[in-house]
Amino acid sequence: MNTRLITGLLVAVAAVLALMFTADNYVLRLATTVGMYAALAWAWNLIGGYAGYPSFATAAFFGLGAYAAGVFQSFGLPFALAWPLAGLLVAAFAGMLGRAILHLRGHYFAIASLVIADVLRELTNVWTDVTGGGMGLNLPLLSLGGVDGQTQFYFLAMLLMAALALLISWWVDRSRLGVALRCIEQNEDAAQVIGIDTRSSKVAVFMLSGLVAGATGAVYASWVTYIDPTDVYDVSLSVKPIVMALIGGVGTLMGPLVGAFVFLGLEELLWRNVLEFHAGLLGLLVVALVLFLPGGVRDLRRYNVWNGLIRLAPWKRRTT
Amino acid sequence: MLYFQVLLNGLALGGLYACIAAGFSLVWGVLNVINILHGSLIVLGAYLAFFAHQRFGIDPFLFAPVAGLALFALAYPLQKYVVNRVMGRPVLITLTLTFGLNLFLDNAMLKFFSADFRKITLESPWGLLDLGGVLVPTDRLLATATGLALVFALWLLLRNTQLGRAIIAVRMDSQAAALMGIDVNRTYALAFALGAFMAAWAGVLLSGIFPISPVTSSVYLGKAFVICVLGGLGSIPGVIVGGFALGIIESFGTLALGPELALTLAFLVLIALLMFRPSGLLGKRGFQ
Repeated sequence: MNTRLITGLLVAVAAVLALMFTADNYVLRLATTVGMYAALAWAWNLIGGYAGYPSFATAAFFGLGAYAAGVFQSFGLPFALAWPLAGLLVAAFAGMLGRAILHLRGHYFAIASLVIADVLRELTNVWTDVTGGGMGLNLPLLSLGGVDGQTQFYFLAMLLMAALALLISWWVDRSRLGVALRCIEQNEDAAQVIGIDTRSSKVAVFMLSGLVAGATGAVYASWVTYIDPTDVYDVSLSVKPIVMALIGGVGTLMGPLVGAFVFLGLEELLWRNVLEFHAGLLGLLVVALVLFLPGGVRDLRRYNVWNGLIRLAPWKRRTT
Repeated sequence: MLYFQVLLNGLALGGLYACIAAGFSLVWGVLNVINILHGSLIVLGAYLAFFAHQRFGIDPFLFAPVAGLALFALAYPLQKYVVNRVMGRPVLITLTLTFGLNLFLDNAMLKFFSADFRKITLESPWGLLDLGGVLVPTDRLLATATGLALVFALWLLLRNTQLGRAIIAVRMDSQAAALMGIDVNRTYALAFALGAFMAAWAGVLLSGIFPISPVTSSVYLGKAFVICVLGGLGSIPGVIVGGFALGIIESFGTLALGPELALTLAFLVLIALLMFRPSGLLGKRGFQ
């Protein structure tokens, strides 16, 4: 353990405690959303960043996790058991799905992963007895001592998901699996030639991605207490994590966290000012991001923003 | 007789479906870009026809070329100035870009046209055609025939004109095509615009048959996915096979499982096909 890591951890814990006991419920809700976004972005980054597979299955994992946890709880399971079970179920689903579609490359993989959420949504819609169909599913309200207690509890729960995602990403980042995935990302055929079991590596990381996204969906379901198929299988849940990873830097350890913060800030700004057209502006933002900052905020260096600002500053003008 | 009727219902949509997917397949094949915007362009074409009919009483079948040219003119600069900047980049980048464009166009249509479902109702409906016990709606038959004719025209264009040969050459090997004196960037833009032209025409044909709304754009995009994968990428005959296959799958799926699950069944077929035969039924390299 080096000192930087310990300092970082201490600062993070202090920030969390400070937020929990001083911030109002609005700020706490935003912080909970950051936790959720960061967890999803990390989950995507595992398969999309390290392995370089353009997965659009995040919404499928998230929705399946939300519904699994909801159904488990409607059968009387406590949330503390329902959440991890939902995560494991989604991981198992991701394992089967991965065996079926991870041999596809490029566009074909993207399309196959994109339609999974649609299939699951329709199946959820039809299976009315268990899922409530299009009417949605109500989850039991946990008795946690009023509104403030609820908010603080879900803030911590979502942070736990983000921490789990970070921990898994950190492990993958420095493990043999991570090396294998980076080889696959660069050249899959060559990776196979040097003896990497590409198939198992891809399936393994897809399962980890499913575990994180599924458990996050499970927590989300309890947090909002009501889920319906169009909400939790929404395609934007697949796209937002990608945008966040693009903002922060695809395939990096901390990129998803940076992206989650920046993205939520932008989203909140759009929601507040142009409610009716926020999805459209989000689209323009995505286009601008892809065109001008394909490597994320790191690319800002290329544009010399900082130097430009300094040059514009009035007190510097004389010295030029 | 019931199965024959169901089969015919599927066939009556096949040509229209081929038309939906032809432009998508062309853009995918030539530019190597999955154009998520395609569904939105179809819906935009349908709206143009709807308003032309509502305001000026223009028959959608006559209006189709106008809508096609309008979207051609919109798509050419869009490719030239926006999409062309990410050509040759990884799937993730190109797909995310067209997804952003799709979000923008869908939201814009939602704002200006509202989410209400609308449909063109002609003053004098054509009614049903009785083929000895089985019935076919005449407008569907006409739409499918028109769609099929348009796809055939695209095939002729690709085979017999200089532009078409240039598009196929770029699809096969863009570097070699550039060495032969083909303006590759211009060909990309023309292929993309041609895709939008096909999308608009398909949308106009749809507007008289199905209710349209900005929220349906993803449905047509999903259909285009299935058709392209079923028929195989990069061939016009593949698009026609895929279109009729989807029509038949959907109509039998509706009979067996109900209308909600028809497209879901098609998606499951798509995944199963990708598992075992990723190149589709008629996939090949050149765009013939």
